[in-house]
Amino acid sequence: MNRTPLLLALAATLAATPASAAPTGVTVSGWARPTVAGQSSGAAYLVIRNYGPGADRLVAVASPAASMAGVHRSQLTGGVSRMRPAGPIEIAPGKMLTMAPNGYHVMLMGLKAPLKPGAKLPLTVTFAKAGRRTLQLPIQMSAPQ
Amino acid sequence: MIDPTTEPTDPVPAPAATSSLHRLRLIIWAVVLVVLAVFAFFWLRPATSGEVTQRPAQGAFTLGGPFTLTGADGKSFSSAKLAGQPYVMFFGFTHCPDVCPNTLARLVRLRTQLGKGETPFQIVFVSVDPERDTPEAVGSYAKLFNSPIIGLTGTRAQVDQVAKQHAVYEAKVADSSAPDGYTMDHSAAALLFGRDGKFVATIAQEEGDDTALAKLKRITS
Ligand SMILES: [Cu+2]
Repeated sequence: MNRTPLLLALAATLAATPASAAPTGVTVSGWARPTVAGQSSGAAYLVIRNYGPGADRLVAVASPAASMAGVHRSQLTGGVSRMRPAGPIEIAPGKMLTMAPNGYHVMLMGLKAPLKPGAKLPLTVTFAKAGRRTLQLPIQMSAPQ
Repeated sequence: MIDPTTEPTDPVPAPAATSSLHRLRLIIWAVVLVVLAVFAFFWLRPATSGEVTQRPAQGAFTLGGPFTLTGADGKSFSSAKLAGQPYVMFFGFTHCPDVCPNTLARLVRLRTQLGKGETPFQIVFVSVDPERDTPEAVGSYAKLFNSPIIGLTGTRAQVDQVAKQHAVYEAKVADSSAPDGYTMDHSAAALLFGRDGKFVATIAQEEGDDTALAKLKRITS
């Protein structure tokens, strides 16, 4: 593991001047991985930040591009990769959840068409308190920098 | 690689108020401590994955060996076709939207970084889910990565045999939330073979790119 980028990121955070407009509530962004014809499953990765005063919970995900969607988690135990439904995910106030490959992801099942690089994936994310958000996620091979 | 940021523990950037700066510093230092603890855990923990598959290199039995599967063209694929070329084998399934494409994309990226032309080694993807993965399915899945990947499938018996031969764990697990009601658990490490077809090393998921590249240099030198 390379520590340098992490330390740099921490240093940058410590040195950063506070933004003028502070966000409130829950914010969501993310990306989806491209798929090819014949591939029925895909994955999207969300970044959820909770600026609100209380905890919130991710309760549902849905996309018109797939017949079914759910939050899954890949885990590596003893060199074996296992993917399971993640269950409800709670995001405490002041916390951030970064979904990334080999961990939490939105699993898209029964894709109606391939997710083409450069296109957008429509995704609806529902939180217990913050309610429903509709996102247009970029489709790309790896996380945006 | 296990990414510590997949846990919901990171702080969000602080709001503008100056009064919160002190709290922000406390949070950041708390995060520093947590991150150090996580690193310490992974560094001090004895290596688990890869260990089992590396042991045979010391001579107990031969990992790998000749095999026959089905290629993306639907025709029989013999391992003899790989003779004289180094290759990296990875076992997965096309309904795996996360770990499998992530691993294959990484192997493609490492192959480019190696800087020895387009295919200094072959990447061989073997489906552990032949019930769903037709030759056509593995073929189109392999094309996702814009770089040559040999996609293979076969009968259940053939795939089981090849997995066993490569000390690869695979298990069908019921999951009502998954397409067709099941998912596959499978070994996540990639297996590296030299030009002579002999097993050399594994690349584990959590292993850094530097070590992975050093191993790829060994099979391609
Ligand atoms: Cu999944």
